[in-house]
Amino acid sequence: MGGLQKKKYESGSVTNYVSRNKARKKLSLSLADFRRLCILKGIYPHEPKHKKKVNKGSTAPRTFYLLKDIRFLLHEPIVGKFREYKIFVRKLRKAYGKAEWSGVQRMKENKPAYKLDHIIKERYPTFIDAVRDVDDALSMSFLFSTFARTGKCHVQTIQLCRRLSVEWMNYIIASRSLRKVFLSIKGIYYQAEVLGQTITWIIPYQFAHDHPTDVDYRVMATFTELYTTLLGFVNFRLYQTLNLVYPPKLDGQGEFSLKSECEEDYALESESYSEKLSALSASLARTVPLVEDEEAELDLFPAEGVRYKMVCCSFFIFLFILFFLRSEGTNSIMCCTLCRCFGGQVSWDKSLCIGSTYDETDETITHHIVDRPTIDKQYINRYYIQPQWVYDCVNGKILLPVEEYFLGVTLPPHLSPFVEESEGDYVPPEKLKLQALQRGEKPQAEDDDEEEEEDDDDDDEDDQSEDEDEANLAEMEEKRAQGKSLSVKVTPGKVKPENRMRAEQEEKAEEKRLAIMMMKKKEKYLYDKIMFGKKRHVREANKLAAKRKAHDDSNKADKKKKKKKC
Amino acid sequence: SALERHPPHVGSPPGSLDRLAPDQSLLIFITFSVRSQDIRNTVGNIPMEWYKDYPHIGYDLEGKKIFKPIRNKDELDEFLDKMENPDYWRTVQDKMTGADIRLSDEQVDLVHRLQQGKFGDVNFNEYEPAIDFFSNEVMIHPVTNRPQDKRSFIPSLIEKEKVGKLVHAIKMGWIKPHRPKETTPQYYDLWAKEDPNSILGRHKMHIPAPKMKLPGHEESYNPPPEYLMSEEERLAWEQQDPEYRKLSFLPQKLACLRAVPAYSRFIHERFERCLDLYLCPRQRKMRVNVNPEDLIPKLPKPKDLQPFPTTQSLVYRGHSSLVRSISISPSGQWLVSGSDDCTVRFWEVSTARCLKTVEVGGAVKGVAWNPNLSICLVAVSYDDTVVLLNPGLGDRLVCTATDQLISSYEEPEEVKDQPVQWAVAEGEGHEQGHRLILKHPKAVRQVTWHGKGDYLACVIPDNGSSLQVVIHQVSKRRTQNPFRKNKGLVQCVSFHPIRPYFFVATQRYVRVYNLIKQELTKKLMANCKWISSMAIHPGGDNVICGSYDCRLAWFDLDLSTKPYKVLRQHKKALRSVAYHRHYPLFVSGSDDGNVIVCHGMVYNDLLQNPLIVPVKVLKGHTITHDLGVLDVTFHPTQPWVFSSGADGTVRLFT
Repeated sequence: MGGLQKKKYESGSVTNYVSRNKARKKLSLSLADFRRLCILKGIYPHEPKHKKKVNKGSTAPRTFYLLKDIRFLLHEPIVGKFREYKIFVRKLRKAYGKAEWSGVQRMKENKPAYKLDHIIKERYPTFIDAVRDVDDALSMSFLFSTFARTGKCHVQTIQLCRRLSVEWMNYIIASRSLRKVFLSIKGIYYQAEVLGQTITWIIPYQFAHDHPTDVDYRVMATFTELYTTLLGFVNFRLYQTLNLVYPPKLDGQGEFSLKSECEEDYALESESYSEKLSALSASLARTVPLVEDEEAELDLFPAEGVRYKMVCCSFFIFLFILFFLRSEGTNSIMCCTLCRCFGGQVSWDKSLCIGSTYDETDETITHHIVDRPTIDKQYINRYYIQPQWVYDCVNGKILLPVEEYFLGVTLPPHLSPFVEESEGDYVPPEKLKLQALQRGEKPQAEDDDEEEEEDDDDDDEDDQSEDEDEANLAEMEEKRAQGKSLSVKVTPGKVKPENRMRAEQEEKAEEKRLAIMMMKKKEKYLYDKIMFGKKRHVREANKLAAKRKAHDDSNKADKKKKKKKC
Repeated sequence: SALERHPPHVGSPPGSLDRLAPDQSLLIFITFSVRSQDIRNTVGNIPMEWYKDYPHIGYDLEGKKIFKPIRNKDELDEFLDKMENPDYWRTVQDKMTGADIRLSDEQVDLVHRLQQGKFGDVNFNEYEPAIDFFSNEVMIHPVTNRPQDKRSFIPSLIEKEKVGKLVHAIKMGWIKPHRPKETTPQYYDLWAKEDPNSILGRHKMHIPAPKMKLPGHEESYNPPPEYLMSEEERLAWEQQDPEYRKLSFLPQKLACLRAVPAYSRFIHERFERCLDLYLCPRQRKMRVNVNPEDLIPKLPKPKDLQPFPTTQSLVYRGHSSLVRSISISPSGQWLVSGSDDCTVRFWEVSTARCLKTVEVGGAVKGVAWNPNLSICLVAVSYDDTVVLLNPGLGDRLVCTATDQLISSYEEPEEVKDQPVQWAVAEGEGHEQGHRLILKHPKAVRQVTWHGKGDYLACVIPDNGSSLQVVIHQVSKRRTQNPFRKNKGLVQCVSFHPIRPYFFVATQRYVRVYNLIKQELTKKLMANCKWISSMAIHPGGDNVICGSYDCRLAWFDLDLSTKPYKVLRQHKKALRSVAYHRHYPLFVSGSDDGNVIVCHGMVYNDLLQNPLIVPVKVLKGHTITHDLGVLDVTFHPTQPWVFSSGADGTVRLFT
């Protein structure tokens, strides 16, 4: 009893949330600045559990931030920097208006700048946190590094992104941490395992971008600002863990200085070094000489035992393989990364790009990668294969037979390495084949398969014909029986074989059906939902399987027709 | 005066006149105006076409009209003039006077010079050596003889103020003459001093953004053929709203890596990811990770709950229309069924033979066999009539005793006004077995007997009327209207098997009345839209209600007025429910053609709730006119179920 009457919306969950506009007013920031701050600090709206309560009874769509988050933003020094910048712009405008050029000059020199180091440290208190969240940063930085200098963003940003992405790629090669690569129609997906974290990023194919008009590049630029900072620090730390020099330097400067004469054709003196770095074909300089490292690695092998060796073998699938790339510009770089990541050596035509290490005429080259239907001059002692082979080998972790990847041959499907089929999912036959190869089973020649299948078909036909015969006989008998014109006939009853198993199953099924009747409404709803999902899953898998079967059948029919024609 | 044919500016670069020295332009003006001085027009600088329609062209100094020169030149004359006159090209017309003027050689020369952008004066040298009068060298003699200002001797106050302000600003640190150069490198080991304790509390509330979905086989540049879309799928995909598409792209098969085109939505997708990261509200949602098998309640196996009817053993055929109602004799030997084909049929249960067919005057709505073993009477309701039939089956003694009982009725002395007319059947009706005929004011829907077999309750559904339920006493041929007022539309009524209670089910509620105290004892809330049927457990403490919205509600009268359990086992409206008299069984029949038998064990122990387990779904009736099973009833002694359906059959399940 007694006491003041409680007012609505003054306690409870409503006090934990604040709408965006309120938050903005509390911080006294413009919307653009508020957005920037949220992006940089990683503040995102929260969906309250009971939206109507938080929205004070209204059902209007509104985004809510946690009040704690907004309070936390109040103490952010970068807000001050934003205000400083706003004032700077105002002053500059004034100075321009008054034509005080010296003032403009001075102001420009003193342009307020801010650093995001503390934000990175705060958002990612440990290094592993940062590595875990580096996916989006990588994708964004790789995208920005492919932008032309069109004024969509600052040139410095593009250069920085390019530098960071090259550094990252160099690290991936040096640490041999690439695991999966996937050629999709959107771009090339890479997956690496860095310090136990799987990191996936996508690189677009190298084409000029058709810049869309409905994309806010300011937002992207803000994200990039954050991501470049994050990526720089991550790179630095990662290089440290491998005892590599940061910023990266090429190993064995001597060789390159010799070649520098011809390299001037491709790049300016100032840029040639970074270009060579981005070619990814040479190893990097280390703070500790490499020889010791190798010894250490050699020591490791016996100690860790056989399993470690196995793993290593799968990492070094391209050991003792020398590649020569003749595929078109963009892909060469990608291929090169792959090959080098898995122990191979790579080179390309000198005229194609900077940084080639050996010539086409080198006799030791084992695989020549070409993305053309034919090639004029062929050497006998090497395979000419299409680039997909490299990717499929990497994903399969074994050296696949090269026959299917020769020039001018229809390639086998390129499967996504990210799909992990659970039970009941549809598994494409190519994947089954690959799994068999991985287990070490020898693939049966396709012709045998076909023959067997044909045999099977014949058997089936035989069975069918037998069935038909029986049916015919039965019909005949019936006709005969009718012929006798006996209106009433006593036939010996057939003993129906009771299938016990089946009866049991049916009984169980009925029990289940009856029990489902007794479910509570809530549980029934959930149960139905789960079962619906399961059924849909099965339906989709069946659909894919049926499609595949139809496709294979039509293919087979075509082949038969061709054979007959021959 | 202006030149019309050869305007001086045409073809000359702009500003060429500016280069003329002022005295020279004056000179030109003078040369041009010399000729026209004698006939000077005074109209001024006006558009001359104003004088187009007048014979004169203006006024001279004396105010006399200046007449236009008589010119009768037409185009041909003009042309001939152009061809023949050698001076035609240097002739211009003076607008002000209308006279033709032949330009002299000097004038033509001047025009040419001006057109070429040269100075008008032939003798003017534009490239004369410049003499620097005001050089930086201090000469002995000043150029001007003006004395120096005072302000050049005394320091400027304004400047002093400005400098002072700057100095003050620098002192206060408002202006920094030079920003201190950044000494720290751009990137360094940020996590050198990693302190796991420094993790803020905020990070515990943090909901990390989910990573982007990894691509499947269909995104490959060379996917397996089954992942490509067929023509119809592609069309469907194109017509779908982009938001609802399962795949954001069309899977494509490309022959080689070289042929892969640029993906046009790449930037879009990155941007959308950015938007998701900072704009999308996040919420932690618990994914329900339940094994669906665990959700199914653990019930005792039906096998352990036998006996219950499992198979259809007999079908009673004969009715040509839907069989609305069935009832079984208390001995369990005979079955009566009433149908829409205006007949009542009597069957022998064990052989499914129709022993007797009685025709009545309308579609039969309800039949009820008198539960008293010593009386052989069947109440049949059709239209507004209830007929008490003596089928004459079974023990002859019982039949004759029944007849005697009816005929031994003596009219009481004072005849009360009754809402129902009682009449004794005679003639043909009597031969068929009709004994008593009760005429009601409106159509009767249901008839039901009291356990003793003397009282008969009838339902006359009529919303708002005070006469919806009537109770007849057969032995005294008396009719009572127990309720002064009825709330709602009465669906069915029932007597309590043991105690003097009376159950009335209206659309949504079941009211329990105490007949002795004449008061309402309970009102059961059925939680359904429309009750169709009701049955009372032989123990008397439990009631089941079937409803048209597919529910079956089990009430435990000791527990609550709300249903103890609601079963939603039928797909369509329930038509009828029934309890078995001895076995713990109850049954429900529905429009979906199924009869569901449930085990409903009621314990004597008050602490233990009833156990309800569905044990069997019996199928047999075919659905006609969207109606399936219309009535169900149990055999009085055996665990057998009779069901009547819209297909005109009665079926026995044993």
